[in-house]
Amino acid sequence: MSDTKKILNVSRRTVLKGSAATTGAAIIGGTFPMHFIKDAHAQTFRGDPGNSSSVKLGFNVPQSGPYADEGADELRAYQLAVKHLNGEGDGGMMNTIKPLNLKGNGILGKKVEFVTGDTQTKSDAARASAKRMIEKDNVAMITGGSSSGVAVAVQGLCQEMGVIFMAGLTHSNDTTGKDKKRYGFRHFFNAYMSGQAIAPVLLDEYGAERRAYHLTADYTWGWTQEESIKAATENIGWETVNTVRTPVGAGDFSQYITPVLNSGADVLILNHYGKDMVNSLTQAVQFGLRDKQVNGKNFEIVVPLYSRLMAQGAGDAAKGILGTTNWHWSLQDEGSQAFVKSFGQEYGFPPSQAAHTCYVQTLLYANACEMAGTFAPWEVIKQLEGFEFDGAGNGPTLYRAADHQCFKDVLVVRGKQNPQSNFDLLEVVKEVPRSQVEYPADMFGGELGPYKV
Amino acid sequence: MDAIFLQILNGLDKGGAYALIALGLTLVFGTLGVVNFAHGAIFMMGAFCAVTVEKILTLSVRVKDESVTFFDAYKETPYLEVWFGDTGAAIIDWSVPLSIILAIPVMLLIGIVMERSLIRYFYKRPHADQILVTFGLAIVLQELVKAFFGANPIPQGAPDVVAGSAAIGAVFGLGEAVVYPWWRLIYLAFSLVTIGLVFSFLHFTTYGMVVRAGMADRETVELLGINIERRFTIVFGMAAVVAGLAGVMYTPVLPPDYHLGMDFLVLSFVVVVVGGMGSLPGAVLAGFLLGILQSFSSMTEVKDIFPGIDQVIIYLVAVVILLTRPRGLMGRRGVMES
Amino acid sequence: MTHTKIASPKQDILYMAILSAVVLTMPIWLQPFGAAYPDLMQKFMIFGIFAIGYNILFGLTGYLSFGHAAFLGVGSYTAVWSFKLLSMNVIPALIFGTVLSGLFALAIGFVSLRRSGIYFSILTLAFAQMSYNLAYSVLTPITNGETGLQLTQGDARVLDRMAGIQADASLPTPNLFGIEGIGYSGFYICAALMLISFFIYLRIFRSPFGLKLRAIKSNQNRMGYTGYNTRPYLMTAFVISGMYAGLAGSLLAVTDPLAGAERMQWTASGEVVLITILGGVGTLIGPLLGAGIIKYFENILSAFNDSVLQNAFSFLPDWLAHGLASVLGLFVGDGWHLTLGLVFMLIVIFLPGGIMEGISRLWRLVSSSASSTDDKEKEQPSTKEA
Repeated sequence: MSDTKKILNVSRRTVLKGSAATTGAAIIGGTFPMHFIKDAHAQTFRGDPGNSSSVKLGFNVPQSGPYADEGADELRAYQLAVKHLNGEGDGGMMNTIKPLNLKGNGILGKKVEFVTGDTQTKSDAARASAKRMIEKDNVAMITGGSSSGVAVAVQGLCQEMGVIFMAGLTHSNDTTGKDKKRYGFRHFFNAYMSGQAIAPVLLDEYGAERRAYHLTADYTWGWTQEESIKAATENIGWETVNTVRTPVGAGDFSQYITPVLNSGADVLILNHYGKDMVNSLTQAVQFGLRDKQVNGKNFEIVVPLYSRLMAQGAGDAAKGILGTTNWHWSLQDEGSQAFVKSFGQEYGFPPSQAAHTCYVQTLLYANACEMAGTFAPWEVIKQLEGFEFDGAGNGPTLYRAADHQCFKDVLVVRGKQNPQSNFDLLEVVKEVPRSQVEYPADMFGGELGPYKV
Repeated sequence: MDAIFLQILNGLDKGGAYALIALGLTLVFGTLGVVNFAHGAIFMMGAFCAVTVEKILTLSVRVKDESVTFFDAYKETPYLEVWFGDTGAAIIDWSVPLSIILAIPVMLLIGIVMERSLIRYFYKRPHADQILVTFGLAIVLQELVKAFFGANPIPQGAPDVVAGSAAIGAVFGLGEAVVYPWWRLIYLAFSLVTIGLVFSFLHFTTYGMVVRAGMADRETVELLGINIERRFTIVFGMAAVVAGLAGVMYTPVLPPDYHLGMDFLVLSFVVVVVGGMGSLPGAVLAGFLLGILQSFSSMTEVKDIFPGIDQVIIYLVAVVILLTRPRGLMGRRGVMES
Repeated sequence: MTHTKIASPKQDILYMAILSAVVLTMPIWLQPFGAAYPDLMQKFMIFGIFAIGYNILFGLTGYLSFGHAAFLGVGSYTAVWSFKLLSMNVIPALIFGTVLSGLFALAIGFVSLRRSGIYFSILTLAFAQMSYNLAYSVLTPITNGETGLQLTQGDARVLDRMAGIQADASLPTPNLFGIEGIGYSGFYICAALMLISFFIYLRIFRSPFGLKLRAIKSNQNRMGYTGYNTRPYLMTAFVISGMYAGLAGSLLAVTDPLAGAERMQWTASGEVVLITILGGVGTLIGPLLGAGIIKYFENILSAFNDSVLQNAFSFLPDWLAHGLASVLGLFVGDGWHLTLGLVFMLIVIFLPGGIMEGISRLWRLVSSSASSTDDKEKEQPSTKEA
């Protein structure tokens, strides 16, 4: 093509001009504050509030997209936590978590402020938003998120940047397994724990002679959950008839549900979350699966990861369906009651499990800073690692040092048949003790990485 | 055999939904020459007509649940049930079909307002401008719905009588075990009837014939002294009604949320283009074709041979058809090619 | 840009000099807008490259591709793989990312350019959606699916090992012979590449090749009658714009070494269309402006929350501050999409030629009140062609 030569006919002067510009750029770059440049000084760290009278936290939650309502609830919990940290309101769980060094005067005497961002439930957008918080707002910690993909992506970024990440709702084994990071901490439970917690209940309720059919969202979280639940149910003697992957956001699942009808399976396990779960459950019930008798038994549907918002979305279809959750507002222990009370008084309705985990994470971070006496992340991390506490709603809890996963009781819940009120959608079937869901730290591989980056 | 029969039903059912959405889109394109990216949003607003009707019907007497002390939890009993007892409960039970009564005028109004206040200024503008402005409108509409109804899906139940499954296998000699949800059968019938109505309107009424004449040669029709623009406005309203009703009827299958429209947008465009821009029979044919192919590609037997085929089938078919038939299944030459 | 007058090289150099000055001083003049932090400025540059590349295809030929995000994605994945397998140096990453996207564009263009109009758009959309769906699910071994492809401690990095660069405990950062891809230095790497890309783009616009592309846009048939085979020209434009997208994609990986599948989704393809139309299709600088505005909205507007608004209005009486904050709250924070939608509508309704038309209208207003020469008027870009 003869044109190309003409196009690329760059004159010598332009090239010179260009290089001059770049040199200029380097000079301008050099005049910027050194703390933007990594490892500028060994003892400085990102997000250091320095002599400022306040410290900033970054709340990175989905505000658009399918999990926007969950994100909104997370944000409410964060705002409540900030209030309590700053000594406003009734203090909530600040009065019940033991041990706790917080005094209600902010963190280390600095008033807590916060910035928010929209993850859009996309790893790219979430990282961009987190970077803004780090680079522009100089936050000391980032927290939030409502999906595992986002949690893993932001956690990776936080490790590179040297800012602590307190994960919100993320259920994949990978977050504290294969992709665990020194700077990332998860209070929420995971797919493996779901499997361990729900299997004995399934055995009690449905017996050992069962044939299960899995429908699984075709992405990483779906796969880890399928793997965990399959292993756990096969352990109690169930047979797995088939595992079928479904595209994320399929909307209509009929083409995946009809093959279940005549597969000889008598349990359908839906490894879906959010909108996929709402749709697949609604449609499975519509196909008459729950009225069916197979092998002389009632056909059952199981949703391993459950939440109140999803139960609400599925409406009547959720009634009687078993699943697990991290926490539920109807728990009667002191910590849960304190949290539900202050959240309820502030907003007029009960908190979701996402709100609970985010609230607790914020307090735990603040407490670790207080214990460390500094915001320097490597010191704060050391305080969080192996931290044992009680009074946060799930019984005695351990932040395991080896993988930064919290170990605590897991709830098995069921969609309520006759709700007493508009929020009364789930009933707790069993509080599975922590000992039953524990596993060796090296089971999922991965490496935490260094304290100082 | 059972499996294949059921997959055909699934395909027809999906196809019905696709065809209904695509029908309005291609109608608007054929008459007004407008690429309407807000069409998905219209579908979504139809679904929210059903939500609104349900909300109104279930306005409730709220009795505070005293066992909950930290916030206000209520046991809700709808006024209709309080006032009319079982009759009231039955009315609520039938809220989705009842919504149709509201949805027809509302969607017609929305359609006409949209056309008169915005779309008509874009007849002569490039397609890119039409896409941008209607896309902007779609975002605005969905964000308004989100601000009002939240982001969580809102479940809508089919009436109890048809909430279960029909033993359709017995009818076709496949045994009692082959069942299919009543509501999906109703949806299929509904889509066939609606498609039939649209076609008969265009083919057997004078009004429709003028519209079709206008589609073929707008200038000549105008020279005959017919106000074709007004008719096209009505056509736009009609397209909105068709999409809106498709949305209303789809709510028991898919609990609607604000993003529903965007989820269907790309798909409906693919259907329209595969059918041929501006061709009504093409859109219907393509809708059913893609629905059925999508169902079959999801079968384990097929997926074992081609992993992930159900993820891409729609697009794959679109590529193959567009390469073998340049203007889609039934497209006309010269439409949307410049 | 209907005027086909080819600007003299001198003018172009002036153009480039002004643009360079504006771009390189961004960290200073963006300060008051709250946008002067590296990540956002990098995004301005990267999406600027993406958009100008897209403008070569859409602006010049009028072919509306709905699948350019696929090339962005391929560029990103290739770059991250280059970091993993070869070296943390950005040069191989950029080269491989651009070249591979170019090849991918060649393949897709070869098929898609058999059709025109909306049929072409849907073909490109179909290819991009297939890429996205597969990358999200079955291609996970290559793409790491939902989570996105990330660097790990145990990556091969063959060239780096050969060069004797020892990995320390923390993950390595992409760098240009020691200049890091993150932070302000990353911004300047992006800025430099953007300026180079812009210069090439400028030359394409002014070249006879660019002229032929415009001829295709105004009347492809007539072009054919005069004996030109338009396909090779379209193909070249398509591949060039695919390479621009690939470069942008690899830069995304340079500034943040993670490649996520959502980059290939139709919404991402739609975004570049919107950026281009918003800025002004077929105008030189418009796409850059569009990219800036959309990225600014996404990152800054979405971060305003109720308490920020309350603070902003704290000088007002309480009830008024509260009212204002709740009304404005609809448009920022979780409502930023609403603002975006409204802006699209307003711009298209009132400024069909995008922001560039707004600017040229303003310019006309200013220059006519200053009673300038008549032929100035003629030189103003007409917007009808957008």
